[in-house]
Amino acid sequence: MKKEKSKIYFDYAATTPVDPLVLKSMTPYFSKKFGNTVSFHSFGQEAKQALEESRERVAEVIFAKPEEIIFTSSATESNNLALKGAAFSRKKGKIIISSIEHSCIIETAKWLESQGFEVVKLKVDKYGRLILEDLQRKIDKKTILVSIIHASNEIGTIQPIKKVGQLIKKFNNKNPESKIYFHTDAVQSFGKIPINVNEMNLDLLTASSHKMYGPKGAALLFIRNNTKITPLFHGGGQELGLRPSTVNLPAIVGFGRACLIAEKNSIKENARLIKLRDKLISGILKKIPNSHLNGHLSERLPNNANFRFDFVEGESIVLQLDLMGIAASTGSACSSNKLEPSHVLLATGLKHEQVHGSLRLTLGKWTEEKEVNYLLKVLPEIIKNLRKISGNR
Amino acid sequence: MEPYYSKKLIKRFSNPKNFGLIKDADAVGSAGNPKCGDIMKLYIKTEKKPKKEVIKNVKFHTLGCAAAIATSDVICDLIKGKTLKEAAKVSYKDVMSELDYLPAVKKHCSFLAEQALKDAIKNYSKNEGKKSKKK
Repeated sequence: MKKEKSKIYFDYAATTPVDPLVLKSMTPYFSKKFGNTVSFHSFGQEAKQALEESRERVAEVIFAKPEEIIFTSSATESNNLALKGAAFSRKKGKIIISSIEHSCIIETAKWLESQGFEVVKLKVDKYGRLILEDLQRKIDKKTILVSIIHASNEIGTIQPIKKVGQLIKKFNNKNPESKIYFHTDAVQSFGKIPINVNEMNLDLLTASSHKMYGPKGAALLFIRNNTKITPLFHGGGQELGLRPSTVNLPAIVGFGRACLIAEKNSIKENARLIKLRDKLISGILKKIPNSHLNGHLSERLPNNANFRFDFVEGESIVLQLDLMGIAASTGSACSSNKLEPSHVLLATGLKHEQVHGSLRLTLGKWTEEKEVNYLLKVLPEIIKNLRKISGNR
Repeated sequence: MEPYYSKKLIKRFSNPKNFGLIKDADAVGSAGNPKCGDIMKLYIKTEKKPKKEVIKNVKFHTLGCAAAIATSDVICDLIKGKTLKEAAKVSYKDVMSELDYLPAVKKHCSFLAEQALKDAIKNYSKNEGKKSKKK
């Protein structure tokens, strides 16, 4: 992978570069194998075959059946389809989400609330772990769907999805007349840590290609057989009529290829990332006074490290790092268009001023140890200088 | 597309000249609050010259984003050497024009700088009032 010299990318949770092998797999589907998957002729059939092969590949990652996979354009679309689709099929009732969902779940739920559905948010503990008793309390016969993010895009905390699944299954077994659907937004975990939709009792799952070295513009929604979802679009019947429109075949082929690569490499790659991540975490906490880790120490994504530093503001840190060629991100209000601090960090019980000094570093396939070392060299200086400016040295 | 932050702002942010503490400041002004995130403090030292009193030195401490740090640095330069009456006329617009432009969501950082200045001038008058009472 060629990188611009001296630039370091620590923002793999935002998006990832496309793996060169993925790009290569996509190329024929732009101008050579360009057919429409619904055409009867050989061009169409060639395209259809590539589509179905990709469907098999992505399904394997989560132990789903290929016919349970719907391709969409993005995780935002998949999450909208899951929540609105389930809500519309039931007409009225309750949607339960966690308080640390991605904004596309939160905003969709908020909109459903404006349409007359009841929306309930579940609390998390200080590590961002779901409080299961809270779900136990809030789940009832009116509940249409429970949606819990598998791993937090911000603090990397992995949720006990299997336990949530068991809890919902138990409730459903007792109340067979109204099945509650269980959805997870697995955007940050898909292709990285093991997911089994059967063991986890999932009915719906969202994943996206561009977070795992595939191209942008392809994502999926796993919809377990017999799950009733009302489509958001109406058209030519593609994707079982649940997501009609001509499929973005080059991107889907790339998504499929990215899954193949991920399946082959993830165990080894995770071990490597965890080593780098832990070096980063212990290095920063040791070298920088008044620094803290956000999220859980061990129950976290192999590639996520999230900190907060007292007496500094996150956007300033990110900009200083950027001036040194390092890409990172923050949950500070100053860096958001709405000037609102991260709802995820607030949900873990942090105060506004604590969220203010947060920094997220996310690693990936092309992160090298020398890059971690470089960051550990420059970050303490940056924080020190900003603290001089804030008068808190 | 113009960059999010102007070149001038980045320059100010990455190398601010006026941060620090004036221990024997004649007045301190502050603006912002921990909840909004940005906290700005201005320290002012004056000097009596024949017929007038001018701002001899001014420094800042700012906990905030790049725009807050840059606007703090700018307002220090804008009021240095001015009389308090002249300084009171400096507004957020002057701060903004020194930086060429500010992103729309960051305009409030220039308001903060103006507020901190106004607060310092107000506190200066208060301090002077106390001094003259003592006399």
